[in-house]
Amino acid sequence: MIITKPKAKEAVLSMLEGYDKIFVLGCNSCAETIGTGGPEQVAEMSEFLAGSGKTVTGTAVIDPICHVLGAKRALREQGEAVSEADAVVVMSCGAGVQTVSEALEQAAFPALDSVFLGNVIRHGIYDERCSLCGECVLDVTGGVCPVTRCAKGLLNGPCGGMSEGKCEVDPDQDCAWALIYERLAKSGRTEKMAATMKPKDHSLHRKPVKISNR
Amino acid sequence: MGLAEALSSGRFVVTGELTPPKGVDTGEMVVKAKDLAAIVDAVNVTDNPSARMQMSSLGGSAALVGAGVEPVFQLTCRDRNRIALQSELLTAWSLGIKNVLCLTGDHVMFGDHPQAASVFDLDAVQLLEAARGLNEGIDMNGNELKGSPALFAGAAAAPEAEPWEAQRIKFEKKIHAGATWFQTQAIFDFEKLDRFMTVAARHNVKVIAGLILLKSARMVEFLNAYVPGIHVPQQIVERLAGSDKPMEVGMEIAVEQVSRFKDTCDGVHMMVMGAEARVPEILERAGVKRD
Ligand code: SF4
Ligand code: SF4
Repeated sequence: MIITKPKAKEAVLSMLEGYDKIFVLGCNSCAETIGTGGPEQVAEMSEFLAGSGKTVTGTAVIDPICHVLGAKRALREQGEAVSEADAVVVMSCGAGVQTVSEALEQAAFPALDSVFLGNVIRHGIYDERCSLCGECVLDVTGGVCPVTRCAKGLLNGPCGGMSEGKCEVDPDQDCAWALIYERLAKSGRTEKMAATMKPKDHSLHRKPVKISNR
Repeated sequence: MGLAEALSSGRFVVTGELTPPKGVDTGEMVVKAKDLAAIVDAVNVTDNPSARMQMSSLGGSAALVGAGVEPVFQLTCRDRNRIALQSELLTAWSLGIKNVLCLTGDHVMFGDHPQAASVFDLDAVQLLEAARGLNEGIDMNGNELKGSPALFAGAAAAPEAEPWEAQRIKFEKKIHAGATWFQTQAIFDFEKLDRFMTVAARHNVKVIAGLILLKSARMVEFLNAYVPGIHVPQQIVERLAGSDKPMEVGMEIAVEQVSRFKDTCDGVHMMVMGAEARVPEILERAGVKRD
């Protein structure tokens, strides 16, 4: 799930200076699930914008906005509600905002900050467990990601700041390497930790990454 | 005699530590380094310690070489990618810096630029491997060097950290990666030191034990709260708090520590933060002979 946080409403309003007719777009995927860009938040946003003197030409919550072809089609189906707007406020991750700016002539503005790829621990509680590094090492780390869950992304064991299994950065947070050690020890596989892991090959996810299976 | 020779001579070595200025004036650091050099075998030059921005450790180490003082160039993975790290190692050697302490580095959140990106392109194990490669005449991608260094690469160890087994595995990885000497975090628990030394004894490595001169209970509270990897036990805090001359209690503790290290380790790394003048007294009271 892409975890997003709402920007302050006033910040959204100041982006819209000079734009009067606004279309508000939500995303039925991640943003809907975590409650940052579903129907409720879209309704709230349009009410706020209307109350701040804007004309809301329409709203929609579409299936993942990051699906470029699908999103373009869905926007076309909105007809005049979109074509008459001078700007679209997009309540999705940054990928969704960019679908809209590619699909339309009008300006697309982000109503959310995109933060990380997160696990939903329970509603409202999200943890970062994978940072999409391009070379997954979970096979040798007991299923706990050091790239993401170690504050320094260390690949070869705990730093000297580990204390009683907690991280130097936050004593309430488990040291990823203490977790990895415990997991491996339980299954008698600590020898996995003894093998030196090579530095990451950052050429594998040089930005912007593209994959074409065609 | 350089640090490598001193360690291999089998005598108990003593190292000190200085932090380069936040600014360009190296005058004070050089004066302190010269004073220290009369007492110690080498002086560590810290690398933006606790992620506080200072002059670089490379620059500080070069200033020491210029003053005829043997530096230990501390190099952390926090602020540089693998290109910069290797490049600094080559530069260090060309400037006459032989000893390098390969470190992970404290997290940027502890410092005065918490907004900075953390790099950690390599970790300390990988940095040691890179240094070994350079010594062998190749960079990390196997490209040949025009002239290679002979860096004396050491690493840090955390004998008191728990879970110890996880630390032990990392310690041994550092040895396999080429570290021939270790400088430990400040040690207060002698049983944990023994636990660590039992593992070290299985390998051909030298161990310089870390010591922080404790000056007051307040200082200890600060260390415990804000300095990663340092845990001063409560009983020491009470010893300091219960005295009206805490500095003298700190001296006593330091003497106890050096006396113990003298029998179990290959040296002591003294972090005395401004109290350099008291180092000879600690050594003398602990029965360390220096000539
Ligand atoms: S190693 Fe970690 S960051 Fe990389 S793909 Fe696996 S879980 Fe994700
Ligand atoms: S304490 Fe553990 S999780 Fe935290 S930075 Fe060090 S190794 Fe990583």
